[in-house]
Amino acid sequence: MSGDADMGARTERAFVTPEGVDLRLNIGDAGQRAAAFLLDASIIGAVLIGFTLLVVLTGFGASGAGRELLAVIWLSVFFLLRNFYFTAFELSAAAATPGKRIMGLRVASRDGGRLKAEAVFSRNAMRELEVFLPLSVLGARASQGGVDSWLYLLGFVWAGVFVFFPLLNRDRLRLGDLVGGTWVVRAPRHKLTRDMADEGVQRIAIYDFTARQLDAYGAKELHVLESVLRQGDRKTLASVAERIARKIGWRRGDDTDRDFLAAYYAALRGRLEQKLLMGVRRRDKHDV
Amino acid sequence: MTSTPVPGLLKSQRFRRAREDDWRRLERLMDKAEKGSISRLTDAEILAIPTLYRSTLSALSVARETSLDQDLIRYLETLAARAYFFVYGSRSTLQDRLAGFFSTDWPAAVRRLWPETLVSAGLMLLGALVAGWLVTIEPEWFYAFVPGDMAGGRDPAASTESLRATLDGTQDAEGLSVFATFLFTHNAQVALLAFALGFALCVPTGLLILYNGATLGAFVALFASRGLGVEVGGWLLIHGVTELFAVVLAGAAGLRIGWAVAFPGRKRRLDAAMEAGRTAGIVMGGVVVMLLLAGLLEGFGRQLITDTALRYVVAGASAVIWGLYFFAPRRRAS
Repeated sequence: MSGDADMGARTERAFVTPEGVDLRLNIGDAGQRAAAFLLDASIIGAVLIGFTLLVVLTGFGASGAGRELLAVIWLSVFFLLRNFYFTAFELSAAAATPGKRIMGLRVASRDGGRLKAEAVFSRNAMRELEVFLPLSVLGARASQGGVDSWLYLLGFVWAGVFVFFPLLNRDRLRLGDLVGGTWVVRAPRHKLTRDMADEGVQRIAIYDFTARQLDAYGAKELHVLESVLRQGDRKTLASVAERIARKIGWRRGDDTDRDFLAAYYAALRGRLEQKLLMGVRRRDKHDV
Repeated sequence: MTSTPVPGLLKSQRFRRAREDDWRRLERLMDKAEKGSISRLTDAEILAIPTLYRSTLSALSVARETSLDQDLIRYLETLAARAYFFVYGSRSTLQDRLAGFFSTDWPAAVRRLWPETLVSAGLMLLGALVAGWLVTIEPEWFYAFVPGDMAGGRDPAASTESLRATLDGTQDAEGLSVFATFLFTHNAQVALLAFALGFALCVPTGLLILYNGATLGAFVALFASRGLGVEVGGWLLIHGVTELFAVVLAGAAGLRIGWAVAFPGRKRRLDAAMEAGRTAGIVMGGVVVMLLLAGLLEGFGRQLITDTALRYVVAGASAVIWGLYFFAPRRRAS
């Protein structure tokens, strides 16, 4: 999941651990949530269909007591799947159903504390209102025909409010999240890659930029330079190197673009970090 | 003049090199823990995780203040988040959790819900009384309260003899277990619905509980009008004590949430809903268990115990047991 490098501030939320450090989690957006739910729903559906077929097939052979036992098992499995599929998976260490796990999501307690079993239970008991009630409103329509369309419409709107509730608030909370005190956050993986200063740091002495030349840019430009170096695209490197050289008035020798940029990156970072230690954070080149 | 202090490395690079091994170790442990069960970790590894987590967290704080290596900070953020979820995740064993639930959490939560429980029980009683009264003066009302498939031929059109026959339970000894399972799943679904509807500001839950009571009242009134009042009492209460109590509690849990959302008082609405939701969630977990017991009593107990007096004994015993379990004073948990 290293593709989600461009996590915007739109989904970023403060999440303070008991140690007092803000982890800056990203909440799952509506699309991811819906996709995760549809995945889970299809898993449940597939399991139910497969299981029903199995029961029907074995039911042909069985008789009397055997058939009764099968009916009991079928009813119980249906009940358990419908009500406890989500609860059981969210109580596990990953705190996510298979659908959520595929979408890189997990359930967390909104207050930064432990995710409690009752929170998970409440959060999923509310699905009765959000999923099954609207479904049964639809079902009622199908079974009784157009008797009272106004009442049907009202019921549908009323149920719809609960279904679309996540779209109506900033944190994409379902009713269940509201009641359980939970939210769904992204659980991305990020590999530790090479420090881009490693390349250039040895050459700082050779290049010997002046303080004035290093004061041309701030942290934002530094981060852009970092990703340019990381991607290592030859054309971009060339144009960026040219722009920087012009800006700081540097006469280029016969070094490669990459060498120059790596050295400038390391020197600039050293300079900005030195200021950072003194309590001065320079956000970008306009920040003086 | 050079702008970096002396040879070699930047401060942030030295910072990273000094700690990188710890981070990588934590990352490996997290991979292991997330992939399989926690039991695959050795004791030493489990003990190491919180220490590594805290040092990673403090490294993150330091890095945010002193390092401009964006990639490093993002890595530390995700690693700390993963470790956080492990360290603060739910990790007590299922056994401990169940023991704690039944010995303290559940009864305590039920006790906290007592005002709502009274309201919910009152609504059910009201529904039963009104429906019973209506059916007594005009039997046709029965059809308004009891859906046809639920009555199963026990309606005003049936003869007293056939009504009596439905009570002794000998007729459908076949298929008991299917019946019990069906009842359990059906009732549990109703209870969950009553709970979830509470969020819609109490009213739908109240109506559902009233309606439930009305069905009950209509049923009893029908039998009472044929002089079968005592028998139907035994027939209903042998499991009804447990089942009705469970439905009342589910309603109470729903009401608590609806009330907290409508009238949060001094708290923020979200916080009020969350607090109510936690208490109600515990109660609902237990309600499902109660309904399972009720389903067993209904499916097996009622069909096997046919003596009315004995049925009342079972009903009375279950009432006493539930009452003591939930409301008896007990030693304060340490």
